[in-house]
Amino acid sequence: MIEVSGLNYYVGNRTLLKDINFRANKSEILAIIGPNGAGKSTLLKLLSKQLRSKDGTININGFDLKRLDLKNLSKFRAVLPQSNYLNINLTVFDIALMGRYPHFKSNPNNIDIEITEYALKEMGMLHFKNRLIHNLSGGEQQRVQLARVLAQIYDDPTGILLMDEPITGLDLQYQQVILEKAKSLAGTGVTVLCVLHDINLAAQYADKIMILKQGNIMGYGGPQDILSEELIFNTYHTRVKRIQDQSLGYPVIMPVS
Amino acid sequence: MTLQRKKRISIISLLIFLLCSCIFSICVGAVEIPLKNLLKILGNSIFQLELTGIPKQQESVFLAIRAPRVLLGALIGSTLSITGCSVQGMFRNPLAEPGLIGVSSGASMFAVMFIVIGHSVFNGLTLMFGYYALSIASFVGALLTTWLLYKFSVSNGKADISSLLLMGIAINALAIAFTGIFTYMATDDQLRTITFWSLGSLGGANWKTIMVILPFSIICITCLLPFGKALNAIALGESQAEHLGMDVKKINKYIIILSAIGVGASVAMAGIIGFIALLVPHLLRISISADHKFLLPASALFGGGLLVLADLVARTIVIPAELPIGILTAFMGVPMFIMIILKNKKERQNL
Repeated sequence: MIEVSGLNYYVGNRTLLKDINFRANKSEILAIIGPNGAGKSTLLKLLSKQLRSKDGTININGFDLKRLDLKNLSKFRAVLPQSNYLNINLTVFDIALMGRYPHFKSNPNNIDIEITEYALKEMGMLHFKNRLIHNLSGGEQQRVQLARVLAQIYDDPTGILLMDEPITGLDLQYQQVILEKAKSLAGTGVTVLCVLHDINLAAQYADKIMILKQGNIMGYGGPQDILSEELIFNTYHTRVKRIQDQSLGYPVIMPVS
Repeated sequence: MTLQRKKRISIISLLIFLLCSCIFSICVGAVEIPLKNLLKILGNSIFQLELTGIPKQQESVFLAIRAPRVLLGALIGSTLSITGCSVQGMFRNPLAEPGLIGVSSGASMFAVMFIVIGHSVFNGLTLMFGYYALSIASFVGALLTTWLLYKFSVSNGKADISSLLLMGIAINALAIAFTGIFTYMATDDQLRTITFWSLGSLGGANWKTIMVILPFSIICITCLLPFGKALNAIALGESQAEHLGMDVKKINKYIIILSAIGVGASVAMAGIIGFIALLVPHLLRISISADHKFLLPASALFGGGLLVLADLVARTIVIPAELPIGILTAFMGVPMFIMIILKNKKERQNL
């Protein structure tokens, strides 16, 4: 569970985030959407303790983030980065094992190896475990990264997963694979917070959506309630049509010219 | 776990390689020491046995010349290679090496300065430390450069890697210019010393030099060995390493300081020996594994053995003269290095 109240963040006299209040619940996916420069990544960096703010409080599982050091945090909080090129050519297994780094000192215990293999299996990558990461496609590499992140919080039902545009640059199938996994992870009790660019993917997978614009929260709620044509126009300055298909439980947003 | 097995076997074979190259290098030279006699000498000096039948000359060559020289080679090779491996990991760039961040050239600048104007300006230093004065000068140079680099490239307590690299380039250029001035000022005799020193040589080895470098080498190697996990995590990206609970700031600081200690001491004892720090980790990374938990100990073992062998060639190829070892490591290193780059390029094309 993540609780944020009264959070402000300035650089010089520019306000990047202004009076942010929200709550991401256990077993839920909270998607953060908004135009470029809205402060989505800044918010994620504040939540992962890469940036610090003097104003406001961030509570993670009931603990004040200021009092959690990186080491303790890493035991239950994992971060999935954007899909990017790794400049170290390790095997798939070695990469996934890094997720267990916070849990062992210098050599992995049997449980760490088991969990790593299980996480790889979950992501359908176990048969690649001795392959070098550079010999895989972008989508496969991102699945290995997700396996790593999965291994990190695998044995903790109170885990927190932060994802920063995890599917940028991936094709339709892998977008669904990655977000499907995030959804099932939330099903086990994990709190998932995910920055997304695609409104429709957010509508499809998120339990709650938060819309940011220029550091302000424009809207916050369930996809059905919040994704109105008007609010999206106010946020993105783009006319859209909201389509509601009876067979889908979520709205579809189409830009119109 | 086939790769795990491969790593373990590689470590063991590298250890054997180091031992074999040490023994080989002790036995071969202007005075040959047969293996049988070497074992007898070792038995006598270590286990206080009373074995006879060893020619006096072989025993004294071993004790006074070969043993310290081989030991110095192994120590310097290991130290340089493990710092190379750590610095490459920290910069996340396989082409980085301690020379790149300016430590080697800072040390060499001070040494050259000392050779040329040492006797008039630093008279006190010479009086106090005698034989070690030159080493101390270059060691001070290494530490000063590192301190400068650190001051300039650390902002808000975080080492900015790109400005560190740029500072390294600037310091290198400055050091080359200063070295040039002093070379210009030098007399013929001094010039010979400068040349020899800036190309590197293990010729100065004796038990005193070993005692000077030993603590620095041991600190550098043993303190860098546990960084394998951290360097692997840093390879994912600095923020990812932090998400895995690593204090990247602190890790960078330790690696910079430990590398300065290691490189400073090595340059002080044997001059600039290039390419070892660059080549050894790269070779191991490409041929076996890029896992730093394996790479750090493997680099120390392989680097030690390789430098001992290079020194063997340096002192036997033009008997009775001796080739500066830096020339040799460059000659050995460059073709291997080009081969690696070509192989890499080919692999990338096949993807």
